[in-house]
Amino acid sequence: MKKIAIEVNGKKVSKEIQDHTTLSGLLRDILNLTGTHIGCDTSQCGACVVHVDGKSIKSCTALAADLDGSKVTTIEGLASNGKLHPMQEAFKKMHGLQCGFCTPGMVMSAVDLLKNKKNPSDQEIRDWLEGNICRCTGYHNIVAAVKEAASKM
Amino acid sequence: MKTFNYHSAKDVKEASKLASSNSAFLAGGMTTIPSMKLGLASYKDIIDIKRIKKLSGIKISGKTVTIGATTKHSEVASSKDVKKAIPSLAALAEGIGDPQVRNRGTIGGSIANNDPAADYPSACIALNATIHTNNRSIDAEKFFRGMFETCLKSTEVIEAIEFSIPQKSSYQKLPNPASRYAIIGVYVAKHKTGINVGITGAKSCVYNDKDLAGALTKNFSSSAIDSVKISSSGMNSDIHASSDYRANMVKAFAKKAVDAC
Ligand SMILES: Cc1cc2nc3c(=O)[nH]c(=O)nc-3n(C[C@H](O)[C@H](O)[C@H](O)COP(=O)(O)OP(=O)(O)OC[C@H]3O[C@@H](n4cnc5c(N)ncnc54)[C@H](O)[C@@H]3O)c2cc1C
Ligand code: FES
Ligand code: FES
Repeated sequence: MKKIAIEVNGKKVSKEIQDHTTLSGLLRDILNLTGTHIGCDTSQCGACVVHVDGKSIKSCTALAADLDGSKVTTIEGLASNGKLHPMQEAFKKMHGLQCGFCTPGMVMSAVDLLKNKKNPSDQEIRDWLEGNICRCTGYHNIVAAVKEAASKM
Repeated sequence: MKTFNYHSAKDVKEASKLASSNSAFLAGGMTTIPSMKLGLASYKDIIDIKRIKKLSGIKISGKTVTIGATTKHSEVASSKDVKKAIPSLAALAEGIGDPQVRNRGTIGGSIANNDPAADYPSACIALNATIHTNNRSIDAEKFFRGMFETCLKSTEVIEAIEFSIPQKSSYQKLPNPASRYAIIGVYVAKHKTGINVGITGAKSCVYNDKDLAGALTKNFSSSAIDSVKISSSGMNSDIHASSDYRANMVKAFAKKAVDAC
């Protein structure tokens, strides 16, 4: 067992965890933040993307023990004062989701993209979302949603 | 995933001391953690080396670029210094996997793992790299031994990889459309001392294609490659590409790389 202290969505969290607990396991099973989804569980699909110290990573492939002292943001941490984040609004408006399984990861990944590139082209959006797999939408409306969010942010 | 004892090493000495035949170092974890989850590997000890400051960072001297073992692919891809000294190396890093893989995966982990389809091993071959460990300095040509096999001992830690800055170079790959690993990748580099053509993805281990290098030494142009015969014997054959197709692509991508130099 290891003791770790991290910040999740602005709240300090201190927990005793097993050595092999992943960040996705900590978020979902211990902190009940089930917005972070698990698809493949082996770093292929991107459903589990969250931000750690401002950068997007796949939480299924990071050990919680290794993140002691980090700041984590999950999909639950994007909305503020009951208002959706512009990226969430844009996914809703542009029909960037169908079943919604990939959406938390897509949104977290896309938010990271816009941090570094304010007005990405279609190709840049598609390249950036390389690690996020969607079985429903065919990606077209996801790209449209990211563009819409970029124009609002 | 079976449990293990997690250690965070404070320095290289401690990391090496904790290591055994039943342990793995944890850098990006992008290979080690999925392998453990899939039951392909299990370890008693996982030794995290990410908090060892001296293992990370990029240094440029007149003739070489030295990259610390735990430097992430995203850091190499965005480094102004690497882009200036060896643009093909920054471009290679930018083409690995996806942004989240690049935000965690490290150069040391990539070469220690020596996946037959990984990108960095071809750069080590083409750019006359020296792999510095806590015990010794190893030439790239001796470092890569076979499929997922290197000459590293289980307690040996890669500290940094030192690349020679070439006169010109280019890396061109045919990526697997899902993972971006190389179906084949060709790294051509022209140094004052000679030409290397590092090839990954084609065989069970990265290699320097002496025939291509020889032809380019006589005439550094893509037409010089036309007359080189690339045999498909010993080349990988799988659901992504047959060995004949790979042999053909080695030629096509070698030409592409020379044109892009
Ligand atoms: C979805 C996906 C797509 C990918 N696509 C590509 C691609 O297109 N091209 C490509 O080249 N790679 C690709 N990779 C591989 C990835 O880029 C990493 O480089 C690779 O997984 C290993 O690096 P790591 O830092 O994660 O190593 P880890 O998983 O932490 O370690 C791997 C092995 O290396 C050893 N090791 C690590 N650091 C050291 C060190 N300093 N000294 C000695 N031994 C060490 C460990 O003991 C372990 O055995 C992909 C991976 C994933 C998950
Ligand atoms: S669940 Fe993490 S990448 Fe698929
Ligand atoms: S909306 Fe169903 S997987 Fe993307």
